[in-house]
Amino acid sequence: MGKIEWAMWANEQALASGLILLTGGIVGVAGQFRGWQFAAYAVAAGVFVCLLEYPRSKRSKGTSVERTGQYCFTVCVKTFGPLTRNYYVRAFLHAAICVPGGFMLATVLGCVCLGIASLIYLAAAIRGEHWEPILPRKAETRKPPESIKKPPQNPPPRPPPEMRKKRVDDLEGAAYDNPIDVTANE
Amino acid sequence: MENFAANEGLSIFVILVWLGINAFLFVNFYIVFLDRRWFYTRVLLGQALSWARAPAAALNFNCMLILLPVCRNLLSFLRGTIQHCSRTAARQLDRNLTFHKLVAYMIAFHTAVHIIAHLFNFEYFMDAQLNRNSSLLPFVLSEIGNGDNASFLNPIRTNETNPTIVMFTTIAGLTGVAITLALILIITSSMEVIRRSYFEVFWYTHHLFVIFFIGLVFHGYGRIVRGQTPASLRANNPEVCADQFEDWGKNGSHCPVPEFAGNPPGTWKWVLAPMILYVCERIVRIYRSHQKVVITKVVMHPSKTLELQMKKKGFSMEVGQYVFIQCPSISRLEWHPFTLTSAPEEDYFSAHIRIVGDWTQALYEACGGDKNETQEAWKLPKIAIDGPFGTASEDVFRYEVVMLVGAGIGVTPFASILKSVWYKHIQNNQEVFTKKIYFYWLCPETQAFEWFADLLQSLEGQMTEKGMADFLSYNIYLTRWKETEAAHFRVHHEAENDPITGLKQKTLYGKPNWDNEFTNIASKHPGTKVGVFLCGPPALGKSLEKQCLSHSEDDVKFIFNKENF
Repeated sequence: MGKIEWAMWANEQALASGLILLTGGIVGVAGQFRGWQFAAYAVAAGVFVCLLEYPRSKRSKGTSVERTGQYCFTVCVKTFGPLTRNYYVRAFLHAAICVPGGFMLATVLGCVCLGIASLIYLAAAIRGEHWEPILPRKAETRKPPESIKKPPQNPPPRPPPEMRKKRVDDLEGAAYDNPIDVTANE
Repeated sequence: MENFAANEGLSIFVILVWLGINAFLFVNFYIVFLDRRWFYTRVLLGQALSWARAPAAALNFNCMLILLPVCRNLLSFLRGTIQHCSRTAARQLDRNLTFHKLVAYMIAFHTAVHIIAHLFNFEYFMDAQLNRNSSLLPFVLSEIGNGDNASFLNPIRTNETNPTIVMFTTIAGLTGVAITLALILIITSSMEVIRRSYFEVFWYTHHLFVIFFIGLVFHGYGRIVRGQTPASLRANNPEVCADQFEDWGKNGSHCPVPEFAGNPPGTWKWVLAPMILYVCERIVRIYRSHQKVVITKVVMHPSKTLELQMKKKGFSMEVGQYVFIQCPSISRLEWHPFTLTSAPEEDYFSAHIRIVGDWTQALYEACGGDKNETQEAWKLPKIAIDGPFGTASEDVFRYEVVMLVGAGIGVTPFASILKSVWYKHIQNNQEVFTKKIYFYWLCPETQAFEWFADLLQSLEGQMTEKGMADFLSYNIYLTRWKETEAAHFRVHHEAENDPITGLKQKTLYGKPNWDNEFTNIASKHPGTKVGVFLCGPPALGKSLEKQCLSHSEDDVKFIFNKENF
């Protein structure tokens, strides 16, 4: 199992919060609740958080499981460099984003969930974790060494069939027994 | 199709019944709140009232169900009793975790509907207080109960507030937020990625369910959903009096002011029994864990496998069962499941533990694995055991012909089965129903063969002595190998004993051609039910399940059983 990478849980929590914020915002806008402006903000904030959190980070130890179709998101998130790589930035960003959600009932849940995600990200940042993009590994084309490229033109020298019979009683020895004496190149 | 029904029929039936009850509760309680008792409430809230109460009823039902599949000891007991009546029903109990997850998803869904409906309700209640115009019925209704603070309809009692504040100052609101947060945290930490990688996070966070259930029980104590009292309904008939709301209670009017009260909280009736059952379950686990377990032998196998042989008073097991092992000196809170590799006929029980993580590594060191000299018996760590718990492997002996497939370390339950079958044969020549076992072991590396190969070798020898050489037909597949090893295999191809395992039956390379295997077995055993048992990765399970379904014809039926932790 190994040491816990808090960022993985923070990521799940933040993605869930983004969806909750988005749903609350949609309800607030669709129902034309009082303070619907906060709901409209929540829709935008929810979408932003979802886009930011969708690509999973590469784990420092172990295999990373990608989310379906996350490659394009990974590329986008990667372009922001240290802003998205550093989890302190994410923690404070989520803390800041969640605040306006607290002003309206429909978005309060999203606000609190995002706040919790922010705290977990803070824990991850303190432990030195950071976001790494999962990029497809380029298939390494190994150039075969020169000698392999040319297949042998002639069959190997073999003794006549009667000398090729296998010594069944001692197979281990037979492997090293050459029917024709060989001498080292002098 | 028939085999599909045999394998999946009961599961599908259970799920349909469960969905049916959910749908019934939803629709039923939706209609209940369309009754005239809630007429005035609906004046304020419209359909949102029903949309909130219907999922609430479904939530009661699902929260009752969710604790039941995780009462391991209860399920084990049930499995033992049901087994004598119906093997299929007993197998259904093995899918308890799947059911637990389904119910959890349903709870999440109904919670979402419930919350969204209540968002509208809060907004409408607030609207009614803010539009302070006595010619509006909602406002008049909201003013009721200002004097005695008991017969009111609108839980928001003043216009100098907002829904968020109201939520945090009512019992229903506070408990609602708390339990929803608990639910969300439980769900996010239960995602497969987290569960498989950091079990501790999943396990500890999951204990938030305690908060969930406490909050759930108290959620309705504020009696915030209010309808007309029966007495008031007789005096003030909503269909007649609603339009005359400006004259309520005035002299000469036939309509007194209506009075309202909330329903008593009902959730506890649903969840109390399961909560008590679960508490009993945990008590049983604690009790079992305190019974003394003695390690009688520790064997270090080359393949980074630790074998622990233990004894415990009153311990009895069936083949292929598993136990939870705890080592207080490593961690007081961690219990890890391991399949028992010993047979019930032996006087000890054993588990082969592969060293993969920090807990297993610590166990290895505590048992003196890293030291060269043998460990003194009194230095061995104290161990606690919970279990044994049953899995599908117990059913092996009920089939005449059996296919056992184990991948890597997944072969462990079959160690127990093979040993037990052998003991049954040699002890009193018991009549064993199982006549033929086909055993497949898929392994990525040669090193993992060691301890199991020893077992197979001894079984092989004993079987030849007894003249039962074809009782067990086993096939070991090496799925990965290095170039250097491959050369060695090629040279020794003609040898009598396999170069890797030393067994008479040769190791095969690559993956088995399941189609061929199933066809061969089907042709050799017409007219029988063949049990197929797998302990391995889900992908293999899917392909085996497909093979079972496709090769089951009129006379031969392949029944697929998967073991899962």
